[in-house]
Amino acid sequence: MTKTHRKSDQPKNKPLRTPMDLSYAKVPQGQVYVIPERCKECRFCVEFCPQGMLTLSTEINAKGYHYPQIREGREKDCIHCGFCNLVCPEFAIYTHEIAAVDTPIQEGSHEHAVTE
Amino acid sequence: MTTTGPTAAIVAKKHPVDDLLRADRLPHILCPGCGIGTTMHCYLEALVESGVHVDKHVCVSGIGCSGRTAGYVKVDSYHSTHGRALPFALGIAVYRPELTVTVISGDGDLSSIGGNHLIHAARRNVNMTVICINNFNYGMTGGQAGPTTPMTAKSGTTPYGVADKPFNLPHLVNAVGANFVARWSVLHARQLKDSILRGMRKPGFAFIEVLSPCPTGFGRPNDVGEGIEEMLKYHRRCKWDDKARLEDVDIDMLRPDSPVIVGNFVDRDRPAFCPATGAPPASPTGATEESTKERAAMKDAH
Amino acid sequence: MSTQSPSKPAATPRVRAGVHFMGGDFACAEGALAAGVDFFAGYPITPSTEVCEHLAQRLPQVGGKFVQMEDELASIAAIIGASAAGARSLTATSGPGFSLMMENIGLAAMMEVPCVIVDVMRGSPSTGLPTGVGQADIYQARWGSHGDYAVIAYCPSSPQECFDLTIQAFNAADKYRVPVMVMMDEVIGHMTEKVVIPPASEIPFTPRKRPSLPPGDSEYLPYMPDDDLVPPMAHAGEGYKIHMTGLTHDERGYPALSAEPHEKLVNRLVDKIRVHAADIVMHEDFLLDDAETIVVAFGCTARSARAAVNLARRQGVRAGLLRPITAWPFPTARIKELIAAGQVKQFVVPEINLGQVRREVERLTQLPVRRVHRAGGAMITPETILEAIVQ
Repeated sequence: MTKTHRKSDQPKNKPLRTPMDLSYAKVPQGQVYVIPERCKECRFCVEFCPQGMLTLSTEINAKGYHYPQIREGREKDCIHCGFCNLVCPEFAIYTHEIAAVDTPIQEGSHEHAVTE
Repeated sequence: MTTTGPTAAIVAKKHPVDDLLRADRLPHILCPGCGIGTTMHCYLEALVESGVHVDKHVCVSGIGCSGRTAGYVKVDSYHSTHGRALPFALGIAVYRPELTVTVISGDGDLSSIGGNHLIHAARRNVNMTVICINNFNYGMTGGQAGPTTPMTAKSGTTPYGVADKPFNLPHLVNAVGANFVARWSVLHARQLKDSILRGMRKPGFAFIEVLSPCPTGFGRPNDVGEGIEEMLKYHRRCKWDDKARLEDVDIDMLRPDSPVIVGNFVDRDRPAFCPATGAPPASPTGATEESTKERAAMKDAH
Repeated sequence: MSTQSPSKPAATPRVRAGVHFMGGDFACAEGALAAGVDFFAGYPITPSTEVCEHLAQRLPQVGGKFVQMEDELASIAAIIGASAAGARSLTATSGPGFSLMMENIGLAAMMEVPCVIVDVMRGSPSTGLPTGVGQADIYQARWGSHGDYAVIAYCPSSPQECFDLTIQAFNAADKYRVPVMVMMDEVIGHMTEKVVIPPASEIPFTPRKRPSLPPGDSEYLPYMPDDDLVPPMAHAGEGYKIHMTGLTHDERGYPALSAEPHEKLVNRLVDKIRVHAADIVMHEDFLLDDAETIVVAFGCTARSARAAVNLARRQGVRAGLLRPITAWPFPTARIKELIAAGQVKQFVVPEINLGQVRREVERLTQLPVRRVHRAGGAMITPETILEAIVQ
């Protein structure tokens, strides 16, 4: 729709920004907190967690909604990016940084949970 | 804090943003999958980052789902009448220029019933940040078409489809001279927060359109689906282009191939609105200080 | 000693004490200035434009803010906003603009935000007679916004009263936290007469009732009324983090959307004026002691009525004039008192409308109430009123 094609003016293969050197970067580790009674099961956090580490509970809260919880075995995957917190319309989930770990995140784990 | 690493999600009672919320009113009345809560959250994060003392910040809203925001944020907050949030906020912003004022309201409130105030507040460049939550319909009344509803869309008042072209709000507000104009979807939560922050720091009129899912009023009758499905549409179709030609940034959520252009479109520095201060007028004879002194000196000489 | 240029005029004082020959609209604007108006938002409309223009010049000179808005909807919203932030705020309009303001007058009543609205009445309905006199907005002042609420409305009958009652309007608005109207008519607004402005120290001032508890005190409830049914008011930017809404709300100011809090709130909004009616109501009695015919008239019509009473007296007819200075609350108690005294045989109600104040009188008495109405555009003459008196 837009008639501007500025992107194509850029030299080919030039990265848009300098990639992070994963061998030196310290990746924060986060802890997920949930307030189940506020959740309305919109699934924004589950769908858009860049680590794809959230899922819905099997239990329901007082209003009948399934709330987010961590996928089994993914407890250490939270990188405290804070996106679940910001995108949650209900103020029902947040993370705290608990440590920074030297281990770089694995290649591929960054890919978006959106699978379309 | 544990040293053995994270465990399964910990159940909490309080959210870190609760201090800025009237938390005793949560959960709020908004539907599951609605993006107004996300916008509210981005606004509060921006407020914290702005460094503005919460006692010196005022939130004003109009009527509708988005208008309910004022009732949930723990700052001085005014839930005015339908369409009149902007002039109400103008009264506060002009009388107490030391306060920062944010208006949060919906597309119908700000651009339909309050459309006249929108163009005039932007034209005047009143010092305020306006967050216009566009959910493409009137949600509070159960899903009727408004001035942003895409053509052909079905709603309570358009059973045969919308027949009139919707507003292109960034283009409109830019045309009358607002200092800052941006558009994001609620999926762009970080960019949205950053834009709100830029708007708060910018003297003059800042307008941020926020595209928000409304599964109840807009999504279901138009096969857009639940909130999450509208969010996935934003994920697929939004294109970030700060330099987009604003006459081209119309949105059509119902045409599958139609991109949704988002970005920080306008950032200019027209002087912000400031009513006359009534400095004493020059003397009626047009005499300047110097010429008066000269004349006095001449008189003395005589 | 001073390096100031002698060519700079001294700052115009807020209160221009002295004896003036002044138009009603100007006197109203000067009254607002004397009362300490900080903020004016308005839209030009005949015959109130002079209020707007005069404040455009004068208000910035005394540190106030003047904003010409895009319409009357915006004007009333802006003055409510400014008042919520602590301003003494004013707008001025005429019938068509007054109609546009109605929804937000309800908001001011519901949020209990004090403000003053000047309505210079012209021939109506609709565009009517822009430059012709009317007195037909009296019911609109009381009942114009939807729902039950109460307001105070003053009806000046001279430029001097335009000055005095505008001050009174600000004081009453702050005392009771209500929108207050100054219901002038075109004749009074455009009439030029002697106006005496007292020195600033003699201008009556009633401060807005303010919270005694400090910000952050959990005991403070923004809509918890005192014994006088009026809650103290906190302003934006003071740290109270108040919430004001046009929705039905509880003492915290939170929306409370059910029958019980609604009952409580709406009754209080009406009662806080009703129980103080004796303190608020103002009227002027002229030759009422022995009057068998009582003329009830306000605004410019009261001037004709006074002349008619004098003419009647010359013919030996015992006539008197009751002039409501507050149209709302209406001087009901005084009229009942006069009826109870048993002397009065009839009422005559002249007004430039088809019977608004007349209905207020009729519902108080079984005695004949003679009507002297005209729709607008010209004053009612003393002779016409006299005819009704001696009939």
